[in-house]
Amino acid sequence: MRLTQGAFSYLPDLTDEQIEAQVNYCIDHGWAVNIEYTDDPHPRNTYWEMWGMPMFDLASARPVLDALQACREAFTNHYIRISASDSEKGWESLRLSFIAQRPAVEPGFQVVRSNGPGRQINYTTRSYATDQPPEQRYRDV
Amino acid sequence: MSDASGPTGPAAGPVSIDLARERAESGIDVYLAELDTSLIGLAPVKARIAEIASLLLVSRVRERLGLATTKPTLHMSFTGNPGTGKTTVAKTMAEVLHRLGYIRTSRLITVSRDDLVGEYIGHTAPKTKEVLKRAMGGVLFIDEAYYLYRAENERDYGQEAIEILLQVMEDNRDDLVVILAGYADRMEHFFSSNPGFRSRMAHHIEFPDYSDRELVAIGELMLREQNYRLSPAAEATFAEYVALRRRQPHFANARSVRNALDRAKLRQAERLVNSGVVSVEALSTIEREDILVSRVFDDKQPES
Ligand SMILES: Nc1ncnc2c1ncn2[C@@H]1O[C@H](COP(=O)(O)OP(=O)(O)O)[C@@H](O)[C@H]1O
Ligand SMILES: [Mg+2]
Repeated sequence: MRLTQGAFSYLPDLTDEQIEAQVNYCIDHGWAVNIEYTDDPHPRNTYWEMWGMPMFDLASARPVLDALQACREAFTNHYIRISASDSEKGWESLRLSFIAQRPAVEPGFQVVRSNGPGRQINYTTRSYATDQPPEQRYRDV
Repeated sequence: MSDASGPTGPAAGPVSIDLARERAESGIDVYLAELDTSLIGLAPVKARIAEIASLLLVSRVRERLGLATTKPTLHMSFTGNPGTGKTTVAKTMAEVLHRLGYIRTSRLITVSRDDLVGEYIGHTAPKTKEVLKRAMGGVLFIDEAYYLYRAENERDYGQEAIEILLQVMEDNRDDLVVILAGYADRMEHFFSSNPGFRSRMAHHIEFPDYSDRELVAIGELMLREQNYRLSPAAEATFAEYVALRRRQPHFANARSVRNALDRAKLRQAERLVNSGVVSVEALSTIEREDILVSRVFDDKQPES
């Protein structure tokens, strides 16, 4: 099941050229650019791991593309996203976030229904991938 | 005229290109003309900038026609004594390179050894890389670049910064222009000990000392930009000042002129305030005495 989170996630995966164009858009607005990765795609997992520090005050997309490449090499089968934050209002607020890499196979989510008192049903989602401990998720299939 | 935006590839492309129109559309001539009036003298430097502009214009067209394989390398060295306009021209260069589409922005990041080299093991690489990240897409101006290399200490962390710089200058040709600046003789020595740098420099531009006449003209221009002027008597005194100042220690060409004028403005202000009611004209006029009280006219040591 294809993960849809952030911007453009209903489109085919962005090419590197398209990623570069998005990064240029961010830096032309003066936004700081972050690279984040995870192997826990639950929608409530808001804070992914950061690959290096946020990159502030860039004039070229190149440092971001280089960092993305390094992150892809280190985590070949993780989700990687690029996010951009805007400090214009005096605090950093997220302006854009999109997926820049996804695992080859995405097992998706299970809906778990549990019976509560008075036949009330509680729903929750769990990711099949996180059944496995961290190093064993999304291994090449 | 021919259509330059047609299909690419040498065979399918147009027969001729209207370079004059390309040039006009880039707006570069207007900018170069402005530059000509805002910078006194520096004829050889201006000629080099114009040359580089032509090169970029042609290479841009060649790229569009599928004739160019790589962008030209544009790392440069600027050599000359202090105050000869190296930093000022670097700003201009960033603007020209940006207007001709060579770099994404006209950003100029000015650094020296301390911004690149760390104080302990493992400190230098992240520091240099951080600077490079910010400089990409613009110009990195390394002032007194030769301080990166210390021959007397082979474990000096500067060597690490040098290696990272060389690597990036090689890889990221299109994203970054590095300008090394400093005294000519020390730079020469630096290049002989670091041939890798010399071979990556596409242009060596020399900044000669200004003549007395040029320095006076620079002073007058600086004043004009701030809505001041020299009275006719002050003009003659200022010319004398420049000739004397040159022979004293710590002379720094146009920078000495700027400093001298800043002090003259202070003295003028004090003189005006002490005289009560003054004409509007007087507010903008530097008089002979504002310059003459300078210690340069004594036989003592020069000011600052
Ligand atoms: N040719 C020139 N025309 C007008 N002003 C100049 C010229 N050259 C230098 N200046 C001024 O002199 C000062 C010192 O110049 P700078 O570029 O900092 O010299 P450098 O970097 O070579 O030490 C600056 O304020 C600059 O504006
Ligand atoms: Mg300087």
